[in-house]
Amino acid sequence: METMTSDLRDLERALRRGPTQGAGDDRRAASELAQRAVREGAADIAYAMIDSPLGALLLAGTRRGLVKLAYTPQGPDPVLQALARRVSPRLIEAPGSLDEPRRQLEQYFSGERHEFELALDRRLMSPFARRVLSVTAAIPYGSASTYLDVARRAGSPRGYRAAGNALGANPIPIVIPCHRVLHRTGGLGGYGGGLERKRWLLELERGE
Amino acid sequence: MSTAAVSLPPFQRFLDAHRAEVWRFLVASVGPSEADDCFQETFIAALRAYPRLPADSNLRAWVLTIAHHKAVDAHRARRRRPLPSEAVEGSPDAGHATARSNPGPPHAAAPAELPDGELWGAVRELPPRQRAAVLLRYLGDLSHAEAAAAIGCSEEAARRSLHEALKRLREVWRP
Repeated sequence: METMTSDLRDLERALRRGPTQGAGDDRRAASELAQRAVREGAADIAYAMIDSPLGALLLAGTRRGLVKLAYTPQGPDPVLQALARRVSPRLIEAPGSLDEPRRQLEQYFSGERHEFELALDRRLMSPFARRVLSVTAAIPYGSASTYLDVARRAGSPRGYRAAGNALGANPIPIVIPCHRVLHRTGGLGGYGGGLERKRWLLELERGE
Repeated sequence: MSTAAVSLPPFQRFLDAHRAEVWRFLVASVGPSEADDCFQETFIAALRAYPRLPADSNLRAWVLTIAHHKAVDAHRARRRRPLPSEAVEGSPDAGHATARSNPGPPHAAAPAELPDGELWGAVRELPPRQRAAVLLRYLGDLSHAEAAAAIGCSEEAARRSLHEALKRLREVWRP
């Protein structure tokens, strides 16, 4: 009876441990899954993490285009959670789906590219923010505008602060160059990614 | 967007949290060569249904239930195929891929210790409900009630199947 019980315990232990065949293949299977999920349209958002001179960036795209570019000082999770809540929880890491924005960003960071040619998904912008950011997108590489000017062009000359908020909440920085908007006095103003990064981008564009 | 979706984790995090146990479950249930297809089917189905899931769901039990259904489908499909199913039980040199295509004589004496592959071969040969009961309970670490819900039988029936399965496995499992 003793041995019967200990046999059973050994068997239970072996069953709990699971098979050793194919161990570790789950990572490969999961990455194949991501590609298939995007191909079949089962995922609503594909994202990728990329390295950049400004630190790790998170890129996220929907069927419509690039929906989010984020600096990730706290890691990707806060950004992913916000996307899951505001767009869709069907969100999967599929780096291959973001190859084009990644390529254009690399060219931008090396100074080869001055304009982005990417489809954008603007659903994370309010109607006012869309106006402000579309004015901002027209500021040429290497030059700068002011909050007041952007607000005026967006049809809201008194909306100086609101324009500042819309720029601060820009869901697609760098590609929509909110770093090119400065204070009228010549001060840097603010930047969602921190002023260090704003300064770095402005210097990059001045060829420094 | 429904309020239920508010606190669901991003799907990728759900996948990160459960992919290893779903993979183990499927390798144990259908074998390494068919686990991949079942894994893909399981998580694609999970992804499609994901936003409709109540936020307070037991995600682990939910995804193992889907994996269980995909494994049942794979076993059914295998039975429909013209070739005989893999016979691994009893052959002393089993547990290796080469032994699979050439099953040894079933009358050979049981080895002192059953190789890993052979235990799982024996699990795969169990009747469907017994196999499910063993895998959901031990590999999936589900409660009797959760395992029963996944199989779609009463808790009593799931316990009985588990008991029967262990009895059978102990006939081949001799440590």
